[in-house]
Amino acid sequence: MTGLKRATQLLTTPFHARTSAANLQGRWGPWAGYRAALCFGDVDMEYTAIRNAASVYDLCPMVKYRFTGPDAEAYLDHLTVRNVAKLKPGSVHYTLWCDDEGKVLDDGTLLRHGPQEFLLSCQERHLPWMLDAATGYDVTIADVTTEIAALSLQGPTSAAVLRLAGWDVSDLRPFRMLKVDFGGAELTISRTGFTGDLGYELWTSADHALPLWDHLMAAGALHGIRPIGTDALNLARLDAGFLIANVDFIPADQALRHDRARSPFEIGLDWLIDWTKGHFNGRRALVAERAAGSEWAMVGLDIEGNVSAEGSILYLGKKKEVGYITSAAWSPSAKRSIALAQIRRPYHESADIWVEIYAQRELQYAKLMLKADQTARPFYEPARRRTTPPQAF
Amino acid sequence: MLTRSSEVIVIGGGVNGLAAATRLAREGARVTLLETAAQTGGAMAARGAAGDMPLAHLTPGLDPRVAKGMALETRGLRFHAPLRDTALDLGGDHRTVAGGLASGADAAAWATLHQRLMRFASVLAPFRAMAPPRLKGGGNDWGALMRHGLGLRAIGAREFRELLRMVLINAADVAEDELNDPLLQGLMAHDATQGAWLGPRSPNSLILYLNRLAMGAQMRLPVGGMGSVAKAMTEAATAAGVTIRLGARVAQIETLEGRVTGVVLDDGARLLADHVVSAISPKATFLDLIGPRGLETGLLRATRDIRARGATARLTLRLNAAPNFRGADLQSRMVIAPSVNAVEEAWNPVKYGEVPKRPVMEIVIPTATEPELAPDGGHVLSALVQCAPHDPAKPKAAKTAMLKATMRVLEDYAPGLGEMVSATHFLMPWEIEAEYGLSNWHHAELSVEQMLFNRPNHATAQYATPIAGLWLGSAGSHPGGGITGAAGWNAAGAIIRGKAV
Repeated sequence: MTGLKRATQLLTTPFHARTSAANLQGRWGPWAGYRAALCFGDVDMEYTAIRNAASVYDLCPMVKYRFTGPDAEAYLDHLTVRNVAKLKPGSVHYTLWCDDEGKVLDDGTLLRHGPQEFLLSCQERHLPWMLDAATGYDVTIADVTTEIAALSLQGPTSAAVLRLAGWDVSDLRPFRMLKVDFGGAELTISRTGFTGDLGYELWTSADHALPLWDHLMAAGALHGIRPIGTDALNLARLDAGFLIANVDFIPADQALRHDRARSPFEIGLDWLIDWTKGHFNGRRALVAERAAGSEWAMVGLDIEGNVSAEGSILYLGKKKEVGYITSAAWSPSAKRSIALAQIRRPYHESADIWVEIYAQRELQYAKLMLKADQTARPFYEPARRRTTPPQAF
Repeated sequence: MLTRSSEVIVIGGGVNGLAAATRLAREGARVTLLETAAQTGGAMAARGAAGDMPLAHLTPGLDPRVAKGMALETRGLRFHAPLRDTALDLGGDHRTVAGGLASGADAAAWATLHQRLMRFASVLAPFRAMAPPRLKGGGNDWGALMRHGLGLRAIGAREFRELLRMVLINAADVAEDELNDPLLQGLMAHDATQGAWLGPRSPNSLILYLNRLAMGAQMRLPVGGMGSVAKAMTEAATAAGVTIRLGARVAQIETLEGRVTGVVLDDGARLLADHVVSAISPKATFLDLIGPRGLETGLLRATRDIRARGATARLTLRLNAAPNFRGADLQSRMVIAPSVNAVEEAWNPVKYGEVPKRPVMEIVIPTATEPELAPDGGHVLSALVQCAPHDPAKPKAAKTAMLKATMRVLEDYAPGLGEMVSATHFLMPWEIEAEYGLSNWHHAELSVEQMLFNRPNHATAQYATPIAGLWLGSAGSHPGGGITGAAGWNAAGAIIRGKAV
């Protein structure tokens, strides 16, 4: 019993009073040490809110680091592969960072609040790595995960909801930020998200979490606003073709098997790399890989039929094993069975790729061998994602 | 690739820097050797700090490849006959060891043990003359590995099993299992741990003894002192075409696009190079000369984690007469380590940054062999004293206490010695680091987890580094230090083979 006494409950986020009240099914899952809602009641309604109305997702478990100091920019240029010098204050970019071997440690969004102040939001914890990488730089690094309450407001009516909440975001372009006052606290609104739809992320201090929730819900009452869980978000992010650490790739420092780590080339994110900015972590290995070629490719697949291909293996000509599915679903928006997959090069260019699916039908498994065609990502991308000012919905 | 027009800079003019520079120059490269001090030789050069003596006072003998390749004999380098060892006894009943034979009641046991350990050492010795093998990444000399591997098996199944049993054992266990004479046990315990940062009962201490035997079972004194080695090697380097620049301190190694481009000296002068061989501490090379901003975070971590603590203090006494160590042969290498526990007890306090009550030590009196080395007719006593704390809370007090304890032990063994002293030079580990750049006697502690493919760490173990054109060739690289030149010679070999360039 002493063991049980010592055991720690999952943490709850600053929105817990509201999310727990709304969670009709009590469906929670662990996420970075927090209790995160998987679904509030009906995953289809939640997904529909993302695509047709407005959805609210609790982002608090995302790990957040604040970097401040005169060398913050130079430091982040050393740490991450993208060019931070090009990121203007008030802007956000998606980036990733690598170990010495050029294998991906994690990806995340980097918010530049000022010339010497950044916030990085990511999936996994990296403080020891980040502190070691800071040797020789005048930069202060803090894990501010618990200080910040963050909500993702996504969907066609999200701009309208914000307007009704009192904040005009009509001029806010994608990957830009706006700072407003909320109850005496600073509220940052960034036009970012993980759904591939029109949407915003709201960042404020933890003690303003509940008023912010209530304020948004009231403002969006007539615009179909509803809280969503991870299940619905996961479906939307797959539509958008976004990757998740520990789902679509394993962070290099967590891989037990040496061959499991992946480079940016191997997960289709080499476009982030700035080869001209000077030295950065992993550059030497990545230069060599650029010359020698990579082992894996990340591809988007359009699979025949309507059975999700999650956890399946890919074959060349139905025979030779050449890869595996990392994420898959039937997409209600794309009206296709879509998947992200890792394929060994050079088979990523083959048109003869098949997926073996074990489909359960009334408790009985049937083995399917289905054609998988490569398709462009995002699988689904509405124009409203980028249109500025947003259309009125 | 190394070509005839390659510009090579070697940083550090110690035994390994001189060996590497000469070998590369003989290949036709244009080599410039940069030495901070006013003379070459590093630990082999007397430069005041250690009094009349250089930091290193003995050599197991240079690596035969270095001696031959640099034609050191032709240049007049001679050695006195290999030194006998004397395990000093407080009562004057000393033991002597020479040629694998010991005096006293334990002579037979010593001979048996010595033969076995020498057999082990002899099959391990060839690995010292090659880049350490590694599982991944290529670059292995498979032919040599096969040969040396077969050599290991050729000692027979029973002996091979014994080697595997003993190779990671501690020296104290072996000494106590195989010997009865406390003086001989103490001698072995001392020799296994000299220059290391561990005690005879620490795990893996025997392999250090095997490594020592692989270099040479008996220590040598060069004719004219250690400076003769430095002189002959410097002549060889110059003759091979190496440009030697003294008083040249490198402030920075410059890189571009992950490749070395040259160095900047502390006076601002910029020297271009295709290759830079660092024959100084690997930690200083990466952390100070490349700097953290030029390093990958993993390499930075691995470099910072190289353990390089020194537990050896350096004592030089100028004496106005010959000391009397209760009748011991003053021309021998005298060791004060009366038992295994005496060594272990000298080691224990160092773990906590404290000074041992009775340090153990190796004593050489070069002037007994070569009286003309004495500056004013008297004698010079040179001692490496174990174990000194490398980072005590109060350095000044620790130094005073360490010197006092050392002199007390010396006085016990050689009554009246204190009154003969006309000058004392005593360096604690941190002073050795400041003067010679050696935080540990071997730049990186010699210990099993920092040997072979982990010396100085996994990323830089085969002399090549992740930075193209930057090579390591100091005692911090395989096979470690000991005034043999092996690491520098091996590093040059790696460059010549053009690996990883």
